[in-house]
Amino acid sequence: MKVLPCGAEAVLAQFDSLDEALAFDAALAAGPVPGVLECVPAARTVLVCFDPSVIGADFLAAQLRRVSTRPPAVRRAAAPAPVEIPVRYDGPDLDLVAAHLGWLREEVVARHTGSVWRVGFVGFSPGFAYLVGTADWAVPRRAEPRLAVPAGSVALAGEYCGIYPRVSPGGWQLIGSTDATLWEPSRSEPALLTPGLSVRFVAVGS
Amino acid sequence: MTRALAILAPGPLASVQDLGRPGFARLGIARGGAADRGACALANRLVGNPETAAVLEITAGGFVARAQGALLAAVTGAAGTVRIAERIVATHAPQAWPDAEMLRVDAPRAGLRSYLAIAGGVDTPVVLGSRSYSRLGGLGAPLEAGDVVPIGSPPAAFPVVDHAIVPEPERSAVTLAATLGPRADWFGAEALEVLLGSTYAVTPHLDRTGIRLAGPPVRRARDGELPSEGMVRGAVQIPAQGIPIIFGSDHPATGGYPVPLVLTPAAADLAAQLTPGMSVRLRLAPHAGLARRPDRMSAWPRTN
Repeated sequence: MKVLPCGAEAVLAQFDSLDEALAFDAALAAGPVPGVLECVPAARTVLVCFDPSVIGADFLAAQLRRVSTRPPAVRRAAAPAPVEIPVRYDGPDLDLVAAHLGWLREEVVARHTGSVWRVGFVGFSPGFAYLVGTADWAVPRRAEPRLAVPAGSVALAGEYCGIYPRVSPGGWQLIGSTDATLWEPSRSEPALLTPGLSVRFVAVGS
Repeated sequence: MTRALAILAPGPLASVQDLGRPGFARLGIARGGAADRGACALANRLVGNPETAAVLEITAGGFVARAQGALLAAVTGAAGTVRIAERIVATHAPQAWPDAEMLRVDAPRAGLRSYLAIAGGVDTPVVLGSRSYSRLGGLGAPLEAGDVVPIGSPPAAFPVVDHAIVPEPERSAVTLAATLGPRADWFGAEALEVLLGSTYAVTPHLDRTGIRLAGPPVRRARDGELPSEGMVRGAVQIPAQGIPIIFGSDHPATGGYPVPLVLTPAAADLAAQLTPGMSVRLRLAPHAGLARRPDRMSAWPRTN
């Protein structure tokens, strides 16, 4: 782990893998450091925002170096059950994705529903979770991004799966759609999917 | 009668802002809040509010509102004419705003954003810990003519300060202090010299999300894509073409372009007052945030 400078009110902790970043984020949440306002996990990093009137950057960096990046085995047993998301596999890009991977449509659906996905991080728009699966596949983005991807679209890009919480432009390949509410600011937990959660997709009829 | 102000004209963009909603960037919403935090906090202090109270952020003037009930107001930030009941009043000072009278904020002669604080604070509903409008977060909405903005109960104590002396925002050229960002090493020494040695122009592409500059491109020393990472207010991001963008308060929570510099908080406040056509220079601040070589820090003497 490296701690990189990021202005007077943040440092950026950098890791070799998403797993390490997630473990660090979870460990920091379990044992908070005074003065830390929020943490933003991403693909290889965790941005740690702090209040400089409470803690100095150098002291914070020293504290962060003591945080474990090993996923604690004990916590795994207590991990919540995967969030189930019902999906109609009716996306306009499903055939393209199948052709790219050299599979049948049914195989794409079987692998998508058969994998346990995990929320790596959230970004792009509120509640948009980057899900990583166990399946070893990579799907290219569309050459021409769509100007308006419908809310609830289930999509693939690279190693990630994502669900568009609201209508937005997007270049991911759309394989299906869901009625699940991904983002609702009036809920006490506004995002359905938060970093570290696991997710299972369930095929439903359209 | 509930104290409130009725918006007659919001100007180009007026919205409710406070010091933002830390804690939700991990869900895709940056902290947000007032673009010029210092001016927002000062406006609150001048009317005796806690610094965390919500105010109105007025962009480029053109703002007219009518008081419902007797109010105490202060306007800070951009330099320009403010009238209450058709009389010019001092900015950066608490002013009585009598019931049914109008307050006008004209287009500024210097700076971009004005902050209107009312004793008692703007009392719109709190969403995710803040009253701030966030366009990227899809929270709240800009003010419109006809809106009635509720005001909370005024604090028991009258403000202790009569007038704050602050310099007017610059009109033509500004130097912004910054420290090296997380991806300074994506750029060679030459590129950093370009970034720190050139004069950039402020383009009209400027909003609460960011400021697009124009000027010499900053070339990367390495190829490849940066995996998206958390972003901060004041981050100087270098997209593929090499022309810097300065992130404002309502920035995307994560971004995929490298950040070689991050403005100091004070410089980020100055940036919030930039207007198109002004020129900007970036310079390295002596010290703020983490020291330049964090990984060697443990070897440094810790005491003296």
